[in-house]
Amino acid sequence: MSLEIIVNGESRTTTPLSVLDYLRSLEIDPARVAVELNMDILPKGEYASTMLKQGDQLEIVHFVGGG
Amino acid sequence: MPQQNPDKLVIGGREFTSRLMVGTGKYASMEQMVRAIEISGAEIITVAVRRVNISDRSKESLLDHIDLKKYTLLPNTAGCYTADDAIRTCRLAREAGLSDFVKLEVLGDEKTLFPDNEELLKAAAVLVKEGFTVLPYTSDDPIVCKKLEDIGCAAVMPLGAPIGSGLGIRNPYNIRIIMDTVKVPVIVDAGVGTASDAAIAMELGCDGILMNTGIAGARNPIAMAEAMNLAVRAGRLAYLAGRIPKKLYATASSPIEGIIA
Repeated sequence: MSLEIIVNGESRTTTPLSVLDYLRSLEIDPARVAVELNMDILPKGEYASTMLKQGDQLEIVHFVGGG
Repeated sequence: MPQQNPDKLVIGGREFTSRLMVGTGKYASMEQMVRAIEISGAEIITVAVRRVNISDRSKESLLDHIDLKKYTLLPNTAGCYTADDAIRTCRLAREAGLSDFVKLEVLGDEKTLFPDNEELLKAAAVLVKEGFTVLPYTSDDPIVCKKLEDIGCAAVMPLGAPIGSGLGIRNPYNIRIIMDTVKVPVIVDAGVGTASDAAIAMELGCDGILMNTGIAGARNPIAMAEAMNLAVRAGRLAYLAGRIPKKLYATASSPIEGIIA
């Protein structure tokens, strides 16, 4: 079974995974990012228990150089 | 040279020894950035919040290079043009960095990067209620600064000149009026082009300076970081020491008595 989700504005296809497993599949360190799920902050403690659903919108951000 | 500065900068209940805050943008390499920050003596460093590139994971992560035990991160809302975008960015920053410190900027115009103070005040009110320690980048406008203080901002950060312009402190009189108007720390944010600009701001009595391009854009950023470190300390010491009044005519430094002729 596959799902269509939107990640950082791009359409992506994935299998039903938790947010934590999805981040790992993208080789993203969960400690270094913040995640919004459908425009709401997803607290880090909920990454493992939150399953991705069809149509979910994810924003995954991190810190970069800036002034 | 006095190494220890007994007077501390207190922002949001936290004490800092250095009065220089620096950005992490525009460096040629991560190594250069790390070295410049170290030499600047800064304890607070600004970072931006951006989407992770999910297609290309080859780029190195900023936080791999920054010792979080040594530095306080100050995430910014650069690039936000509305209160809503800035608030959203701050919430993400808090989740990513697990700290309440934010440099709030809401821009009004791409060419000048001047703040949209109406949106800034809206965003500041929401963020203070949500428990953020808000450091707002604002115009050198004492009335806006007073409103930001009344809202509960932990400091005010008037610009010296447009971001990245290197024009120095364009309106020192307004900066002085701001210092007389608010009780929270006044941090000059943006406009510093070289060491003398930083010293002038500190001699006015500013509590601190935030800069990025002035260091990162210099031909030798490492040397400029050291110059800024010294200038901020020199300016602060001169302010505390109390300068002599300016006079039109000379006053002899050597005694008149005992002149041989």
